[in-house]
Amino acid sequence: MYNIAVMGDRDSIYGYAALGLNIFPVSDEVEGRKVLKKLAEGNCAVIYITEALAKILEEEIDKLKERPLPAVILIPGISGNTGQGIRTVKKSVEQAVGSDIIFNN
Amino acid sequence: MAGNTIISTRMELTRLKKKLVTAVRGHKLLKDKRDELMRQFLDLVKENKALREKVEQGIHNANKNFVLAKAVMQDEVINTALLAPKQSVSIEVSEKNVMSVNIPVFDYKTRTPDSNDIYSYGFANTSCDLDDAVKSLADIFPDMLKLAEIEKSCQLMASEIEKTRRRVNALEHVVIPETQKNIKYITMKLDENERSTQIRLMKVKEMLYKENIEKKMAE
Repeated sequence: MYNIAVMGDRDSIYGYAALGLNIFPVSDEVEGRKVLKKLAEGNCAVIYITEALAKILEEEIDKLKERPLPAVILIPGISGNTGQGIRTVKKSVEQAVGSDIIFNN
Repeated sequence: MAGNTIISTRMELTRLKKKLVTAVRGHKLLKDKRDELMRQFLDLVKENKALREKVEQGIHNANKNFVLAKAVMQDEVINTALLAPKQSVSIEVSEKNVMSVNIPVFDYKTRTPDSNDIYSYGFANTSCDLDDAVKSLADIFPDMLKLAEIEKSCQLMASEIEKTRRRVNALEHVVIPETQKNIKYITMKLDENERSTQIRLMKVKEMLYKENIEKKMAE
C-alpha cells in the first residue's frame, strides 16, 4: 500500500486534503529538501509538487527521475501555470530522441 | 586503441571471430529494442502531453474555485472544514514490463466507495463555492493519477532509450569495425607467415637437391 503526497505552498495545496491526499505545506528550500527526501524514502508512490517549489528543488527531483518509485509530478500552483510541467515532458523527449519532435509546433 | 597490440595467432583469430558474431547479433537485437521502445515512447509521450494539458486546465479551474471560496469565507472556517478529511486514498503499485523497462501501474483505492464522499464538512457554515472547488478537484483526480503513471513511464523509457542508443552506437561505430579490422590484420599476418614458410621450404628443398646433384657428379 502506497500513499500519495502533495507538496507546495499552503494556499496551492490545501484543497487536496479533501480528496484524502497527504499534504505537506513547505515553502523554503531547506525544509522542502528534507520533506522530499523523507517522502522518497518512505512509502510514497506519487508526489505532486507545485511548479514553484519544483524550481527550487530541481536537483533533488532530477535524482528521483531514474528511480522506478516515487513518481514526482509537477502541478501548477495557485499563482498560475509557469509551463514548467510541460517542459519536463519536453525534456524527456529530448533525452530519448535527441531533439524535440513533439512540441516544436 | 586495443588494436595496437594484436597477437597474431590462430587462437586469437577464433576468439575475435566469435566476438564479431556476438557483437553483430547484439547490435541487431539492441537496434530492434531501440526502435520498438521509440515507437512506444512516442505514443506514450503524445498521450502524456494531451493529458497534462487537460490536468493543468482542470487544476487551474479548481484553483479559481478555491480562490472564490476563500474570498467569501474566512481562513479559519476553510481550515477547520478541511482539517479532518473523510476520504483517504491509497494506491496499489504493480509493474508492467515494456521491452525490459519496468513501468509502474497505479491502481487507487478510496477508503469509502462512494465518490460523493469528498465533503468533509457540514454544509451549514461553508460557502457553496468551496463545494464546487472540492468537486472540481475530485473530478480531475483520476486524470492526475493517470498522468503520474504515464509521465513516470515516459521518464523511465526516455532514460532506457538513451542508454540503448549509446550501446547501439558504440557497437556499430566502435566495436564492430575494430574487430573486423583486427580480424583482417591477423588473417593477413597468418597468410604472410604461411607464404614465408612455403618459400623457406622450397628454398631448402632446392638446396638439398643441388647438394645431391653435386654429390652424384663427384662420384
